[in-house]
Amino acid sequence: MADTTIPEPIPINLVVNGERRALEIVPWTTLLDALRDRLELTGTKKGCDHGQCGACTVLVDGRRVNSCLTLAVMKDGAEITTIEGLARDGTLHPLQQAFIDHDAFQCGYCTPGQICSAAGLLAEGRARDADEIRELMSGNLCRCGAYPNIVAAIEQAMSRS
Amino acid sequence: MNNFDYSRASDVADAIRLLTADPGAKLIAGGTNLIDLMKENVERPSRLIDISRLPLRAIEETAGGGLRIGALVPNSDLAYHPFIEQRYPLLASAILAGASAQLRNMASVGGNLMQRTRCAYFYDTTTPCSKRSPGTGCSAMDGLNRNHAILGTSQFCIATNPSDMSVALAALGALVHIAGPSGQRSIALTDFHRLPGDKPHLDTNLGSGEIITAIELPPQTFVRNYSYLKIRDRLSYAFALVSVAAALELEGNAISEARLALGGVAHKPWRSLEAEAALRGKAATPDHFGHAADLLLQGATAGSHNGFKIELARRAIVRTLMQAASATPQSQAHKKIA
Ligand SMILES: Cc1cc2nc3c(=O)[nH]c(=O)nc-3n(C[C@H](O)[C@H](O)[C@H](O)COP(=O)(O)OP(=O)(O)OC[C@H]3O[C@@H](n4cnc5c(N)ncnc54)[C@H](O)[C@@H]3O)c2cc1C
Ligand code: SF4
Ligand code: FES
Ligand code: FES
Repeated sequence: MADTTIPEPIPINLVVNGERRALEIVPWTTLLDALRDRLELTGTKKGCDHGQCGACTVLVDGRRVNSCLTLAVMKDGAEITTIEGLARDGTLHPLQQAFIDHDAFQCGYCTPGQICSAAGLLAEGRARDADEIRELMSGNLCRCGAYPNIVAAIEQAMSRS
Repeated sequence: MNNFDYSRASDVADAIRLLTADPGAKLIAGGTNLIDLMKENVERPSRLIDISRLPLRAIEETAGGGLRIGALVPNSDLAYHPFIEQRYPLLASAILAGASAQLRNMASVGGNLMQRTRCAYFYDTTTPCSKRSPGTGCSAMDGLNRNHAILGTSQFCIATNPSDMSVALAALGALVHIAGPSGQRSIALTDFHRLPGDKPHLDTNLGSGEIITAIELPPQTFVRNYSYLKIRDRLSYAFALVSVAAALELEGNAISEARLALGGVAHKPWRSLEAEAALRGKAATPDHFGHAADLLLQGATAGSHNGFKIELARRAIVRTLMQAASATPQSQAHKKIA
């Protein structure tokens, strides 16, 4: 039965980067696909699609999560912040500025996830030094190996927040 | 991922009713294991029952001096809760050794207990696997079994349970509270997960139509002499090859109470009352720890690629007990070898 029935799309509301977005969505749509394919917010990246790389990290109600392992229907009513929503009135978020200051990327594919994850990390307030930043950022892989600069960028943003 | 119907449970009774009404339905909480397996077509539920909004998020003190933790408490909230940090630091440490910060924000206590094995053949639907498709055989037996079990295996399955949290819960003597079509029951965490035997498709003793509502920790906390050591291929964000949860009560250098459980070595968290009993009344020395390790590892058998795990486990047990005895628990962040 599972593959022959096509359930009706389900109406949901998301507040994405401060803007209310109404969607009709089939239940097997991940939040990642909803953001990229339905809302055309392609800043959030799909790396592994299995929770193993962190490229898809966004903030849901202020907490960092892997959007590839989140069903959009389950987040009906939630506030989502993606990389597109971090800058305010044309001013970069301190983490975005710090990533530029420290050249904390090469190809940039992991960067939106790194920055959203770091925003979650700062909000959690659990990291006090570089070792703890490394441990609590371990859910974000960087195939270009920009790790030392990523840690330096987060330390800068942490010291100024 | 297959197409499926979606229902949001309004309360626990509704979740049980929905589960009972559709044998192909599955509960979903954080989704971090189930959605992953659905993307691989390992799980193909006809319906997902969303329990993430049920009021199972409380962490409350029990009349007996223990703690009752709702099944939907996120792993990160649990690890960082003051009651857990201060009274059950072994549990906090084990949870923080697992997955990543993002995944811990999503993962629920109930889902963590129910997470399935990471055996690569279980994930690969083109290969025989009796856990995934009962009766088809075990590809790991003569295949890549470096990460597989050394204890409690059967000729039908040598998979391990990947949970870190469960290892600490086993050591601490936690209870699992369950609700189902015929009412409520509680079972010890050490009886919750099964050995594979001839039914490797059953990971746990949770019955059909049943839902985990909470876990309960007994009053005894082990606030000083504890450690959770996780040995893995990279320092973070990797499953255990071997992990050890150890907790001691010491009077001077004499052990009055000992708890010891292993992860990554069996189909369930591996605890031996005999090994713990052998430590009681003894001095906290490497020799006594080595003896306890031998008792805990009694009957360990190696497959073609995982023989190293037996000696690794023995050394890890001794080291973890030394860390516990000297009150220098393994640091997840600094990876200090104490
Ligand atoms: C890349 C990656 C790395 C990981 N690393 C680790 C690690 O190192 N250590 C570790 O321990 N874990 C690790 N995990 C696993 C993670 O801890 C689990 O996926 C998580 O705990 C599952 O919880 P959930 O709420 O997301 O479960 P879900 O995915 O929602 O559910 C999992 C299963 O539990 C069932 N279920 C959920 N809630 C209940 C309930 N209340 N009653 C009955 N059944 C229920 C569901 O039906 C489903 O079958 C990792 C996961 C990923 C993706
Ligand atoms: S070890 Fe268990 S899960 Fe892995 S292939 Fe064998 S039967 Fe399947
Ligand atoms: S795309 Fe989500 S973790 Fe890799
Ligand atoms: S900058 Fe290329 S993956 Fe990180």
